[in-house]
Amino acid sequence: MTVPTTAPVSWTTVCDYHVLLPERGVCALVDGEQVAVFRTFDGAVYAIGNLDPFSGAYVLSRGIVGTRGGEPTVASPLHKQVFSLVTGACLDEAGAAVPTYPARVVDGRVEVAARAALPEQSGPMGSGRRLVDAP
Amino acid sequence: MSRVVVAGYGPTAHRFVEALRERGFAGRITVIGEEPRPAYDRVALTSYLTGTSLEDLTYEVPEGVETLLGTRVTGIDREARVVTTAEGATVPYDVLVLATGSAPFVPPVPGAEHAHVYRTIDDLDAIRAASDGAAEGVVVGGGLLGLEAADALRGLGLRTHIVEMSPWLMPRQVDEGGGAVLKGHIEDLGLSVHAGAGVQEIVTADGRVTGLRKPDGTLLDAQIVVFSAGIRPRDELARAAGIDVGERGGVVVDAGMRTSDPAVYAIGECALAGGQVYGLVGPCNTMAEVAADRILGGTAVFEGADLSTKLKLLGVEVAQFGAMSGALDVTYMDPVGGVYKRLFISDDASTLLGGICVGDASPYATLRPFVGKPLPAAPADLLFTGTGAANLDLPDDAQVCSCNNVSAGAVRTAIADKGVTDVPGIKACTRAGATCGSCVPMLKQLLEKSGVEISKALCEHFTYSRAELFDIIRVRGVTTFSELIANHGTGRGCDICKPTVASILASLHNGHVLEGERAALQDTNDAYLANIQKNGTYSVVPRIPGGEITPDKLIVIGEVARDFGLYTKITGGQRIDLFGARVEQLPEIWKRLVDAGFESGHAYGKALRTVKSCVGSTWCRYGVQDSVGLAIALELRYRGLRAPHKLKSAVSGCARECAEARSKDFGIIATEQGWNLYVGGNGGFKPRHADLFASDLSTDELIRTIDRFLMYYIRTADRLQRTAAWVESIEGGLDHVRDVIVNDSLGLCAELDAQMAHHVTTYEDEWRATIEDPEKLSRFVSFVNAPGVPDPSIVFERERDQIKPMVVTP
Repeated sequence: MTVPTTAPVSWTTVCDYHVLLPERGVCALVDGEQVAVFRTFDGAVYAIGNLDPFSGAYVLSRGIVGTRGGEPTVASPLHKQVFSLVTGACLDEAGAAVPTYPARVVDGRVEVAARAALPEQSGPMGSGRRLVDAP
Repeated sequence: MSRVVVAGYGPTAHRFVEALRERGFAGRITVIGEEPRPAYDRVALTSYLTGTSLEDLTYEVPEGVETLLGTRVTGIDREARVVTTAEGATVPYDVLVLATGSAPFVPPVPGAEHAHVYRTIDDLDAIRAASDGAAEGVVVGGGLLGLEAADALRGLGLRTHIVEMSPWLMPRQVDEGGGAVLKGHIEDLGLSVHAGAGVQEIVTADGRVTGLRKPDGTLLDAQIVVFSAGIRPRDELARAAGIDVGERGGVVVDAGMRTSDPAVYAIGECALAGGQVYGLVGPCNTMAEVAADRILGGTAVFEGADLSTKLKLLGVEVAQFGAMSGALDVTYMDPVGGVYKRLFISDDASTLLGGICVGDASPYATLRPFVGKPLPAAPADLLFTGTGAANLDLPDDAQVCSCNNVSAGAVRTAIADKGVTDVPGIKACTRAGATCGSCVPMLKQLLEKSGVEISKALCEHFTYSRAELFDIIRVRGVTTFSELIANHGTGRGCDICKPTVASILASLHNGHVLEGERAALQDTNDAYLANIQKNGTYSVVPRIPGGEITPDKLIVIGEVARDFGLYTKITGGQRIDLFGARVEQLPEIWKRLVDAGFESGHAYGKALRTVKSCVGSTWCRYGVQDSVGLAIALELRYRGLRAPHKLKSAVSGCARECAEARSKDFGIIATEQGWNLYVGGNGGFKPRHADLFASDLSTDELIRTIDRFLMYYIRTADRLQRTAAWVESIEGGLDHVRDVIVNDSLGLCAELDAQMAHHVTTYEDEWRATIEDPEKLSRFVSFVNAPGVPDPSIVFERERDQIKPMVVTP
């Protein structure tokens, strides 16, 4: 169920872009929520929830970044389920997903938008809400 | 059919009850065995003296089969259909199966009562006991079993003589020319061969054997004499019960393995089938299958058996198949290299009749299935090059596995209809290759020819196996993942290929695992140099080489654990694991540990973990070598060595084996003379005892052998393949590995030695290097935009006076 919202997007500065190493993640606190922020090999920046829905541990920022069929991904460091960095969907288990957040680079700084400001729908794991739009 | 009773519990009886169960027999099965243990693998009997445990040799009793062990059937009441045991117990039967085997033949010469025989575990125990203090031994009998026994005596450190009645060794398998080549091989090993000689008497003094006198009067000094001069069927039970037996022994059976009493069957070495007694595992297994089929109403027939043999005795390959004579023959003889190969062909030079090989048995696997069939290529090509034979198309009725009587057609059916794609699958489905393994190359060939594509691809990003990637990286001097995937792969990798490549780069170059781009390849454990736990915290394991630690250092570990509130537990590898550290605590913890002289224990890496040790000769009254000293030396030598999977080791100071070295990837057990090296063991999901690789090595020899073993494993194993699985899957098995690293058969040893030397000289403690590098340290934060803030999701509760993760529902 998609609920449109009119609230303005509020961006949080996470770190300098150069702090993000290619194909590694960091975790940031954005409005009190743990967000995993990644830089892929082509330089793009993605943000997803840091909570691994399978283990209940906040660890996704520490997973290995790669690709599956060209789509950028991260694998949970605990049990290796792979999530799309674009949609947040788990590519190994249909129905599971993590939230995604808009992320951008402005003046050499990485910014992530708080999730509360965005359209949302209920996540199938009951563990979070999955956003319909990609960053 | 409600109750089947089996008299005798050897390998044939075992195969029979297995076959009955597999075919769905639901009635009661009782096996009565003379030995105090279930059936064991007699083909591998000699390995019992070189370290294989009885447990490893013993077959599992099939579910629901009752056993009466340590007793035997002494009488059969055929009217009442009841057998009586030695204790006087009676067991009723509907069908009785005699699988009483055979007894070694001991000629009635003076002193024979002091000689040993070579058939059971008890016989081997007696030989081992008698070898204590003995210097020389004689084996009477130069056939297959005689040479096995001679190998065993030699393995026990005795100067060994072989006495054979016939003019040459193994007269049933090889001709005179082959016998001469075989004798050369055996004498090169230091054994004395006395062919064409008999036994006059066994000379004793005070009830102890002192020698063996030949009919010509010559005396061979020996403290042990072993008779291995043929077998006699144990048919006394049938004979006493009035069941027909052959003139020269053996219970007479028809083609369905039934004796003259329709309720009694006989199988294995006690049976006389078609006028012949069979002593090889293959025909005996077939008899067991036929009997099981018949008892369940089938129509299976035992049609005699192929007595072809291929074996490796005393390191010499010997094979014989088909006929041992023919109108025409082609012979290849290389007395220098010790190779003899001869093929027998029909008078019109069109049909293969048989062959004999000594020193190189490679024609056996390819040519045996063609016996009685048109020659598949020119004889010279078949004998000399071997290449012509490699691409032969086997007819469907050609027997591929003689141990289990499996045809090429049956293997093809398994591949085509049951979707089998690998050799283990064929073994499970058809039993081909499951006994002696000599047909495994043939099975691989059938798989390849069937068009089964066995994907070696590591993942979607690389079409190569780990071993192939290792070679690409080594040969082309690749130093980064980006370079590798750009030139040899697709996409940007994943959690499978990235850690694999990181491990290969570390094995080859030994740079810091978090340096530059390599940091992005590591699994979280390597990325944070600690072991992630279920709640996202990490555990810390400092290295404690050999498990030896001073009180002062022990106190430091305790203080660090107390100050950071960590849960502490002693590990199975004789060190201490500290749990519950958050990422931002890791550098502080390690600063304290490094300052106190600790270094990384690599518990987080696919690398050497620990070399466990017992206390050894320094303190222990039984110890014969300094196991702690060796364990420390080995642990320091191989620390940080990245491998396809974790590596564990242990050193025991004597044969009591308190360090459990045989459950390790490489385990060392002290002997009076030096060290025995065992390889390929592990605990884990599928436990495996390590196999003896080399005996009585000096410390230098030991280290050189382990160096090469590890480097060869690192070079050729699959991803996440422990040494146990590697040893089992590598073509040619442990013999091949021994050939490569002891005999340098591939000319690799210098390179393997250099790689290990590079590892040893370039090793640095990665934790010390990390805490000295601010850039690497900056990654150890919970939140990049709030470095001082601990992760609020990590909470603990207390249990038994320590912390434990509190489960928080997300």
